Amino acid sequence: MSQSFRLRDKGRVDRSRPVSFSFDGRTLTGYVGDTLASALLANGVHVMGRSFKYHRPRSVLGAGVEEPNALVTVDRGRGRIDANILATTLEIHDGLVARSQNRWPSLTLDLGAVNNIFSAFIPAGFYYKTFMWPRAAWKSVYEPAIRRMAGLGPPPVDRDPDSYASQFDHCEVLVVGAGPAGLAAALAASAGPGRVILCDEGAEAGGALLGDPAAAIDGLAAWDWVGKVVAELSSRPNVTILTRTTAFRYGTQNMVGLVERVSDHLAGSTPGILRQRWRQVRACQVVLATGAHERPVLFRGNDRPGVMLASAARIYVNRYGVRLGSRCVVATRTDSGYQTAFDMARARIATTVLDMRASIAPALSAEAERLGIEVIAAARPIRAKGGRRVTAVEIEQADGQRRTLRCDLVLMAGGWVPVVHLFSQSRGKLRWEERVEGYVPDAATQAVRCAGACRGEFALSSALKDGFAAGQGAAGGDPGAIHGPPTCSSTEAEVDMRDVPMSVAADGGMAFIDYQNDVTTKDLRLAVREGFHSVEHFKRYTTTGMATDQGRTSNLNAMAVVGDALHRPMGQVGITTFRPPYTPVSFGALAGNNRGELFAPVRRTPTHDWAAAQGAVFEDVGLWKRARYFPKSGESMDEAVRRECRITRAVAGVLDASTLGKIEVVGPDAAEFMNRMYVNAWTKLKVGACRYGVLLRDDGFIFDDGVVGRIAEDRFHVTTTSGGAAGVFNLMEDYLQTEWPDLRVWLTSTTEQWAVISVQGPRARAILAPLVEDVDVSAEAFAHMTVREGRIAGVPTRLFRVSFTGELGFEVNVPSSEGMRVWEAICAEGRKHGAVVYGTETIHVLRAEKGFIIVGQETDGTTTPDDVGLGWAIGKTKPDFVGKRSLSLPGLTAPGRKQLVGLRPIGHETVPDEGAQLIGEAAPTPFSAQGHVTSAYWSEALDGPIALGLLRNGRARIGELVRVTSLVGEPRLWRVCDPVFLDPKGHRLNG
Amino acid sequence: MLLIDCPFCGQRPEIEFRYAGEAHVLRPIDPRECEDEEWAAYLYRRRNPAGDHAERWHHVHGCRRFFNARRHTVTDLFSGSYPAGTPGPECEAGQ
Repeated sequence: MSQSFRLRDKGRVDRSRPVSFSFDGRTLTGYVGDTLASALLANGVHVMGRSFKYHRPRSVLGAGVEEPNALVTVDRGRGRIDANILATTLEIHDGLVARSQNRWPSLTLDLGAVNNIFSAFIPAGFYYKTFMWPRAAWKSVYEPAIRRMAGLGPPPVDRDPDSYASQFDHCEVLVVGAGPAGLAAALAASAGPGRVILCDEGAEAGGALLGDPAAAIDGLAAWDWVGKVVAELSSRPNVTILTRTTAFRYGTQNMVGLVERVSDHLAGSTPGILRQRWRQVRACQVVLATGAHERPVLFRGNDRPGVMLASAARIYVNRYGVRLGSRCVVATRTDSGYQTAFDMARARIATTVLDMRASIAPALSAEAERLGIEVIAAARPIRAKGGRRVTAVEIEQADGQRRTLRCDLVLMAGGWVPVVHLFSQSRGKLRWEERVEGYVPDAATQAVRCAGACRGEFALSSALKDGFAAGQGAAGGDPGAIHGPPTCSSTEAEVDMRDVPMSVAADGGMAFIDYQNDVTTKDLRLAVREGFHSVEHFKRYTTTGMATDQGRTSNLNAMAVVGDALHRPMGQVGITTFRPPYTPVSFGALAGNNRGELFAPVRRTPTHDWAAAQGAVFEDVGLWKRARYFPKSGESMDEAVRRECRITRAVAGVLDASTLGKIEVVGPDAAEFMNRMYVNAWTKLKVGACRYGVLLRDDGFIFDDGVVGRIAEDRFHVTTTSGGAAGVFNLMEDYLQTEWPDLRVWLTSTTEQWAVISVQGPRARAILAPLVEDVDVSAEAFAHMTVREGRIAGVPTRLFRVSFTGELGFEVNVPSSEGMRVWEAICAEGRKHGAVVYGTETIHVLRAEKGFIIVGQETDGTTTPDDVGLGWAIGKTKPDFVGKRSLSLPGLTAPGRKQLVGLRPIGHETVPDEGAQLIGEAAPTPFSAQGHVTSAYWSEALDGPIALGLLRNGRARIGELVRVTSLVGEPRLWRVCDPVFLDPKGHRLNG
Repeated sequence: MLLIDCPFCGQRPEIEFRYAGEAHVLRPIDPRECEDEEWAAYLYRRRNPAGDHAERWHHVHGCRRFFNARRHTVTDLFSGSYPAGTPGPECEAGQ
């Protein structure tokens, strides 16, 4: 059996190019130009999936993106598995591997189908109502079982090896949709000089014309006309035609997101290939020619394989040359159903038309008669019979008589639904149109025009005219002089759905509304009975319209059924908001290059490679990679940190502190600017002196801190925290530009320009002295908290004598380009003394032993200087600085604020979790927290755990006992102490 | 993505900018002289309108200037921008 259901004389698939593909492990053949759905149908494979809830066998309903049933998983190898791909839009190629979904163990034998037998007991809200008790069972029993039974394809687990690109495009006119209206619009819009982008989700331009080869435009057969127009557009230098490109999002200011599938349709694409491209198009004008989708007709069993949309059948027969069946019943509410019937009859399929309307245009009856088609007027389908293929349809005639028509194909022409998604996303208003029995675009809020079927102009001649006019209007010129609109001779009557009867399956029958979520007329009626009258409510309760197809084929029918149940006109049931994406978009396309190493920039210090070679373990600090510790072979982190701490305090340690933020504040008013920004007083700071600066926000809470050196009268070298540099710079610029634009101050971020090498410990001076020129590093000449300029290892330096460890310490600032050279020179000197290189973990311990805070660790955005014992830093006589006024607000001066304290363990040696709660010594359960641990380490110097914490009223409670909670055990006892654990008098600063 | 009109650089895409809060919120000239209530209003009270909003933007990945713009908070559409320190045209910020 190889493509035995192929019509010999129809279709535009390339019969000279057979394609071999696999579906559920079976190897089948099709042709280039086929979709998976058309190739499967040509091979007689109708069942392509099982339904979501009842596991009913399902074939295709549609032939494009409206398809709710035929979702497959495409397997292109490791990391290249995509679930929920529509068989109706998936182009086959040699080697394609596709699998059906939601069936176990196989499509033909699906044990889940037992749900179908019990479907009467699985009504709307079934899961909500049934699996409520006992609560614990939800997680362990119900949810896993339901997840196995329901659901779509599995998510991928492996890393996607392919590449994705993104780009910005600009054009005068973007035309979305290359059907007749879109092609006409592009012709008109591109007659002038403006750039035109024409995109279409399909593999080729043509839209509905690809399924309607008998139409004639400008004297040409439809396919020839499409070919001629595409050739003409391609020849124009201002036109870009993008096929396989879906406009999925319409944003503000006419920015439209397109996703272009570059290589999914190619055979043998190797991993790493450019797969999809996200194009963000900014268009002056947009023309939406997005067409319309067809609505199913409601009758029992309207989901049986063999029951499909009439428009889809036309496409399978005419475009793909598939013989869909041998006996066909077309259930129609519009004239368009007749066009399908005629095409079926011409393909030698015995055809009956079931027209739900009473009166039929004479021209249609005549043509039907000529083609031997039986027309039954004023009749409606009741139920489709059959199992894995429809075998007959029972109908009710005008006189109430019921008849059964044997058939293997039932085609539904329930009316047309304009595709208004993008227009709605553009924030255009929608209007209910009785003639269309649907929503059509109303007032636009952006420079957008709709043309053709997407605004209810369904007839080919109107769509062409409408599209051309929209293109002309969008281009703003009058290219009519060169061209008139394309014309066609067809005499289709305008669609008019007023007074067309609708079967809403009120008689207890269960007709499917939302095929993908298995929502039926019964579910909707039940929801209405239970009080879910608003569209927002019944939609969520029944899940109608909520699947990956977003209700493309179901929303209108749901409105019809709910309207009927509520005795409300369809147009008053309400509509939910259309949100992007129009069709599913892969995360890969949206991520583009922003993944892996390119997800975020990585900042590395000048010594990074050296540290890596030494076996350093790195940690992320903002975007920086910082060496956390330098383990010797076999050392754990704790062991390494204890060694680094011990040697630094005993001899010396060297740290790369280059990540410190640095800002050069320069100008005649630099001191005044610093006075206004920082809490400290700067006017009297001598050139060559340093001060520890504290920066608040205007709400009085600590924003940042750092040592500031005065390099000259008009020049300050400001350091910030590593993570806070950009924020401090922005805050400074904000005040300088907007509050004090009169100050003559210039700010330069110099973080990247300076490498900083911190040398701390009793031997720090001895290590540096041999390397330093032009600076007297003696204790007498170079006091703590001063800065000198000179040379080190031959390199110009700003040399700070500062200490974040409590030891005699220096911070060597040299140009980053020389950082590594100076680092090696200092390390070489250090080795002579037995100094150690240490990382961020050790500096955290050393500073905590001295009670030095880290902004963001001891502070949390609600912490004042006084809370952490920094009240001394505030310049008391300054009239104002950022945050000063807030410090006297009642909330910031009230007693009982949390204050920084130290904590020492009582009777144990457990390092607590940072963030652990501080509770009373003997507080009964439930207790209230009185504070929390902000930092906690094993202190080598104290040979035991230490912790810093914020404790309510803490400074007055030194000596008291508190308990510290633990996630894994009982709270433990700690004694509150001064936060300075080591050398409170500061003797060690002198070495 | 919005296009934002920087008074110094012209129209640039939104990703170059950072929002910086309501515009024309004046910092009291002498904070020492103002009551707690007035200072708290400067810190915390904002108009949050559903409609035209005068607001500050920072061209953080561009010229780095702060400027003011008027944006409709419902439609997201900008209707003009102007340098910081100049009064907003027809701006009803009321301050």
